[in-house]
Amino acid sequence: MKTIKSFIVTFIVALVLGSCTSDGDDTPKMDENPMAEFNLLASIAANGHSLELYSEGNNGFTTGYNEIFVRIKNNADESYFANPQITWLPVMHMSSMNHSCPKSDLAVTEEHNTVAKGYIIFQMPGNADEFWDITFTYTVEGQEYSLTETIDVAAPSDGKQKVTSFMGSDDIRYVLAMVEPTDPQVAINDIRAMLFKMENMMSFPIVENYSVTLDPRMPSMGNHSSPNNVDLTYDSNAKSYNGKLSLTMTGYWKLNLKLLNDTGVVLKGEDVTVENEASSLYFELEF
Amino acid sequence: MKIIRCAHKVCTILMATSKPISWRVLLLGIFLFPIYIGAQELILQRDSIITINLDEVILISARKALDYHRQPKPLSTLDEYLESSKKVDMVKRGAYAWEPTLNNMFSERLSVTIDGMRIFGACTDKMDPITSYVDVSNLSKAHIASGQQGAEHGTTIGGAIDLELDRGNFKETGFYGGLETGFESNNQMSIVGAELNYSDSNFYVDTDIIYRKAENYFAGGDEEVQFSQFEKYNVSANGGYKIAEDRALTASIIFDEARDVGYPALTMDVSLARAIIASVGFEQDDLWGSLRDWKSKLYFNKVTHVMDDTKRPDVPIHMDMPGWSDTYGFFSQAFLRLKKHQFLFKVDGYYNKSLAEMTMYPNDPNELPMFMLTWPDVRTTNAGVYVEDELNLNGSFLKIATRMAVQNQNVADEFGLNSLRIFYPEMEKSKTRFLKSISGQWHKMWMPWHFNAGLSYGDRAPSVTEGYGFYLFNSFDNHDYIGDPGLVNEKSMEANAKISWEKSKFKLTAEANYFHIKDYIIGEVDPSLSVMTIGADGVKIYKNLEYANLFNTSLDMEYAVLPELKWTGLISYHRGTDNNQENIPFISPFSYRSGLQYNGRSFSAGLRITGAAKQVNYNPDFGEDLTQAYTVCSLTFGKTFNFNNDSMYAKFGVENIFDENYSTYTDWKNIPRMGRNFFLTLSYSIN
Repeated sequence: MKTIKSFIVTFIVALVLGSCTSDGDDTPKMDENPMAEFNLLASIAANGHSLELYSEGNNGFTTGYNEIFVRIKNNADESYFANPQITWLPVMHMSSMNHSCPKSDLAVTEEHNTVAKGYIIFQMPGNADEFWDITFTYTVEGQEYSLTETIDVAAPSDGKQKVTSFMGSDDIRYVLAMVEPTDPQVAINDIRAMLFKMENMMSFPIVENYSVTLDPRMPSMGNHSSPNNVDLTYDSNAKSYNGKLSLTMTGYWKLNLKLLNDTGVVLKGEDVTVENEASSLYFELEF
Repeated sequence: MKIIRCAHKVCTILMATSKPISWRVLLLGIFLFPIYIGAQELILQRDSIITINLDEVILISARKALDYHRQPKPLSTLDEYLESSKKVDMVKRGAYAWEPTLNNMFSERLSVTIDGMRIFGACTDKMDPITSYVDVSNLSKAHIASGQQGAEHGTTIGGAIDLELDRGNFKETGFYGGLETGFESNNQMSIVGAELNYSDSNFYVDTDIIYRKAENYFAGGDEEVQFSQFEKYNVSANGGYKIAEDRALTASIIFDEARDVGYPALTMDVSLARAIIASVGFEQDDLWGSLRDWKSKLYFNKVTHVMDDTKRPDVPIHMDMPGWSDTYGFFSQAFLRLKKHQFLFKVDGYYNKSLAEMTMYPNDPNELPMFMLTWPDVRTTNAGVYVEDELNLNGSFLKIATRMAVQNQNVADEFGLNSLRIFYPEMEKSKTRFLKSISGQWHKMWMPWHFNAGLSYGDRAPSVTEGYGFYLFNSFDNHDYIGDPGLVNEKSMEANAKISWEKSKFKLTAEANYFHIKDYIIGEVDPSLSVMTIGADGVKIYKNLEYANLFNTSLDMEYAVLPELKWTGLISYHRGTDNNQENIPFISPFSYRSGLQYNGRSFSAGLRITGAAKQVNYNPDFGEDLTQAYTVCSLTFGKTFNFNNDSMYAKFGVENIFDENYSTYTDWKNIPRMGRNFFLTLSYSIN
């Protein structure tokens, strides 16, 4: 009788424990490969591990906004570490100086505890003499590791400007990057952009509560514009600037912008007029 | 000039006083009519022909009627035939595919049908009115009905043009054929046509083919109008077979194709305009009860239209603009003749698919082409019932007609729907409208007087362009146009009257009609919008004006000087204003025509003068300017030669004798009309 009782108790305890440990479980979930539909950008072997970088749509790193998924494989048993603690630091090695770029933290995704997600906004591509590398520092199984890998950052294949780095009229250097639309349509599109200021060479915090005016134009169509655009305003939940972008036809669009600070002072950009065909602050789209 | 000024004054007063007429009053009027008429005293026995229809019939195929004299120019285009109508004016964008207007109203306010079949052009710029997809070789007559009297074949505001196909119709004529050829000097147009027909009491088949090719024409003073060439051919066949004494099956097919058509008034030409128009029908003498002449038809037509600017020098941007319009439809009708009534019952329906796109190629070859849907695959489904009754009221006649229809328009293309939602974010994909028409027409005779009067109400849905057009460039007023799917129906209240005095030699007819059109649809500038077309002045959005008034009046005279020699004269005056007393565009100035026609046994001759006064009531906001007065004269001679059983008819003529360089109010961007032109046509018929 006793044995049966203790057996039941153990069983219940095991059940309860088993059901509530999923969040804190350090064992990787052995489900389908969560990255099957993604593009592997790099697999960096070091410390007996392979650090894998993925992108959802891109085949490589491009200037502008890059959403990146990271996971770490234990080469010994081909398994992936769950809940890895990873930090990253992209650095541009220029001939005269080094600098970083805006980036997010890497956070483990809710869907898959082996996958961490974040973004990096490269302001410029690499070239023959200047290059980007990313230093990853990660902790798995209680031990900290570090690795640095050189990466190729290319300008977008269509050559269109999705990110811009500029000096505002307040003598602060800003980086403005377009996050959406990634797949623009002839319709009213959601437009999302992120704004950072360059505190120093290595720190680019998000700028809040500014605004960005939007005036999309088609230079090949006599600077045709579209109606019902909505200027971009700061959304504190998304930590980005959101607005509406109307595109009346396919083709090349120049999105003329003006950046205003929280008191409405124009920091960069000009109105498009008959005399002034374009703003000095702009994004480009072609589809 | 005094007369004109007087007429103008009278009309202005008329239009000012008639504003408060509400449609309820009009409707009441229609129903009160019979009571009022019943009280009239009988003056004269009924005429053998009911002349209650104010339809104008233009004879096109004279061959079967052997009445060549009535044709001023036998192988002229259908457009020229229609232009000879009193109420029709043709808008010209070049030498080909003129757009008919009736009572100074355009295609969207008209019902234009071929043998009752609905067809819709596939060009967003109206370069292919459906009259361009048939040719005179296919047709016997054009029926022109003004206002709601044209509601038989579809909803309309301004009236209807129904083109009747030429057919043997089970007459015992056996085999007969004909060859026709013509030449015009001005644009070196050559025309060749042939027909071969067979008809007996059980079976008939009519076939014909016609080919036309023209080079650029020359306006008065030897001014060459560039890009006015065209080439087209048309083949058609139609037949009938009696499956029983009182039952017959009919079928018809028309294939029409034009290539290399120049439009000098526009920025683009046409590389291809093609239509296939086909139908099968069933006819039966009796249905059930007292229903007679049951006639049903199933039809479809497919129109393809491709605009082309590759031959134009200096275009700011090259573009392709193809369009497609497919229509499937049916109708079924029967007559019911009771003692004093003659009813016509008709049910009809159609389904149309209109799609047009535009691709622009940037001057920088590295840029991607720019694409938009200018007609977003709009599917129109329309079903209607039409009933008319011709009532004999002891000496006067009353015709009451009504059409009730339901119409749904659905934007089938997601890309197109999203495009329109840029302008109308709340726009629904589909919209249903109810369309109503009711009219009463009364005819009374007190010999030698005839009196006709009518009142009617009708509405129409916006056209595909007005509802769903996306950046359609109008070169006339140099604006891009955008449709509005939320437009309300345009409603017309119409009154007409006609009085004629007829003696054996002399006939005088005065008539007038007046349209008070509520929610008149017209483009209005939206200054907040940015132009799409390079060089355009602005963007207009279709809007409902509060109302517009249109007034047309004419005086028509005929005098038989000798039995063979007849003089005709027509003067007309037109006026159109909106609720701000602004002029409506494309309203004819005071115009006149006069002709002297001699018809001998085998010889005929005609002299015609047409002209118009200065167009003083124009609207510069719609690209109009003051069109100068003009007068042109033409002279024709015809002669019939007989060889045994066969006969040959020759017609020779000269148009615009004095080589006047002129343009009319309907000439798109004032392109000048043709200068002096000699023509010769030969028709040889084999019996």
